Amino acid sequence: MYRYDSYDQAMVDARVEEFRDQCRRRLEGKLTEDQFKPLRLMNGLYLQLHAYMLRVAVPYGTLGGDQMRALADIAEKYDRGYGHFTTRQNIQYNWIKLEDAGDILADLASVEMHAIQTSGNCIRNISSDHFAGAAADELVDPRPYAELLRQWSSFHPEFAYLPRKFKIAVIASTTDRAAMKLHDIGIRIVERDGEQGGELGAQFYVGGGMGRTPMIAPCINEFVPLDRLITYAEACLRVYNRHGRRDNKYKARIKILVHELGAEEYTRQVDAEYAHMLDQGVEPPFAELERIRTFFADPEFRAADEASASNEPAKTASEPAFQRWVRRNTNPHKAPGYVSAVISLKPVGGIPGDATAEQMRLMADLAERYGFDELRVMHTQNIVLPHVHQSDLPAVWRALDGAGLSTPNLDQIGDIIACPGLDYCSLANARSIPVAQKISERFEASGKGEALGELKLKISGCINACGHHHAGHIGILGVDRKGVENYQLSLGGSEAEDTALAKITGPGFSEEGIVDAVETAADVYLRERTEGERFLDTYRRIGMTPFKEALYG
Amino acid sequence: MRILTGNDLKTGAVTWWTGSDWSLRVEDAVDVTGNEDEIALREEAARRVNVPYAIDAELDAGSARPAHIKDRVRALGPTVRLDLSLKPTDPDIGKWVI
Repeated sequence: MYRYDSYDQAMVDARVEEFRDQCRRRLEGKLTEDQFKPLRLMNGLYLQLHAYMLRVAVPYGTLGGDQMRALADIAEKYDRGYGHFTTRQNIQYNWIKLEDAGDILADLASVEMHAIQTSGNCIRNISSDHFAGAAADELVDPRPYAELLRQWSSFHPEFAYLPRKFKIAVIASTTDRAAMKLHDIGIRIVERDGEQGGELGAQFYVGGGMGRTPMIAPCINEFVPLDRLITYAEACLRVYNRHGRRDNKYKARIKILVHELGAEEYTRQVDAEYAHMLDQGVEPPFAELERIRTFFADPEFRAADEASASNEPAKTASEPAFQRWVRRNTNPHKAPGYVSAVISLKPVGGIPGDATAEQMRLMADLAERYGFDELRVMHTQNIVLPHVHQSDLPAVWRALDGAGLSTPNLDQIGDIIACPGLDYCSLANARSIPVAQKISERFEASGKGEALGELKLKISGCINACGHHHAGHIGILGVDRKGVENYQLSLGGSEAEDTALAKITGPGFSEEGIVDAVETAADVYLRERTEGERFLDTYRRIGMTPFKEALYG
Repeated sequence: MRILTGNDLKTGAVTWWTGSDWSLRVEDAVDVTGNEDEIALREEAARRVNVPYAIDAELDAGSARPAHIKDRVRALGPTVRLDLSLKPTDPDIGKWVI
């Protein structure tokens, strides 16, 4: 993984001292809240429902054991013993004191982390495929390109005051595990004309997003040469910076600009800007990309048939619970004998994405012992050990199982994305977490979870859609109905390569009613499905009508 | 009734105006109808509170209960982590919020 050079470290250290001084001046009354607010937001510090909340960036979801351990220490020393992994591969702490903020940032900087660009109208933390560098189906590791974009966008003065926040995702496989087309810019690394072994380039999708106006990004350029990646991205941003609306925050995202101009006209303007910029030296030297690539070289994988060095008894491998976890929570790896193992932060009845300091330390230990010291944060609020030798899986599972981290529910109905909702978020209109808890408990009790197979359920507590409800096979949106929580149900969304926006079924439900409604929709699927169909496939085949009849008939 | 709330500047903790000071307990909040702007301006200027604002509330067993669920969650703490709330040992506190 990437490690800071002296420039990176100096930038982050300087920012820590700058913000420490700003906090001091705020506490001394030399800055008003109006003056201080934009400064704290530039450092990821929000004022939330109960306290200050700090959002820490995890670039493209990749972190090492030392970093995970530092996150655990922060949870314990400055917060209340836990952290919340978010739907943008970051982590946030809910109970931060302003007087501790400088020390926390210093602790983060000591392990090459920060909270910069996790808020405000700038280019936010770049996200990527959580199986990057490991997945059997990827063309190349997308993270060097994500890192190049991170370096380009960090403190870029031209993009510090965009019309609105700006999110970029980078992937390099046909399977989309990063909701790429639902970003402001989605980039897929591809081979020219799809020819195997052909020149690599970047496919650009621009103008996607969720929120109150969900849109799927159109492809505006099928192939940008990799030695022009930054120039083209900058051209996209420049057109947005020039024409994006600043008079109405609800119409300020790039998706609105692309929609109103039309993809064709937006592309024409980007191409004109790109042509203008080509000889201006915007692109970093290609050698820099090559330098970055060296940080993402494969680790020294062991032979496929090599035995584990752990002391885990051989009989563990025959335990049904272990076998179910391997079936459900591991992903094919590019190296023979290896898999990527998903650590579930979705225990039945638990809070999606929450992890205690002890759990974080265990994950760090396992990464160091069995996973080449690497971890990934998934946007679905789980954690990945990307490189685990299959012979080590029993020992990994045993340790996870002892810590409540082995729920075998990846991509099943219990693997729910849920935003913090009204329990923590000042923007929320309704609680998300209790609904997630009740649904996971309901389906565990009924035993239907396994039978349902892949069923991605996503819950947002407001129209900002941090819980990705537009992209759920089943989506739930919490709304405020005259001071009472109410929940809209939607069906048919997807954030994968078959990206689709879910459609609302009809009138909303109470907190208890929405749990029944989800079960009703699941039962329609179980009744109507044909061999091999997922929930989403059945919905697409039979349409909304049978579901509406069952829900409201 | 109208009650005044804000956050403690140093800790960010939710606080309520008691008539003479700021308290972590919403039960201590007093009616400030008509005076909310004046108190808010004065207290914020003195850095005794951060971003104060007034909300609607009703009297419930003799003490203030915020009218809106968001303010009740804010007063208590997360309903999904009652162990972190201001009343971790009260088994019925969830009903007060909802």
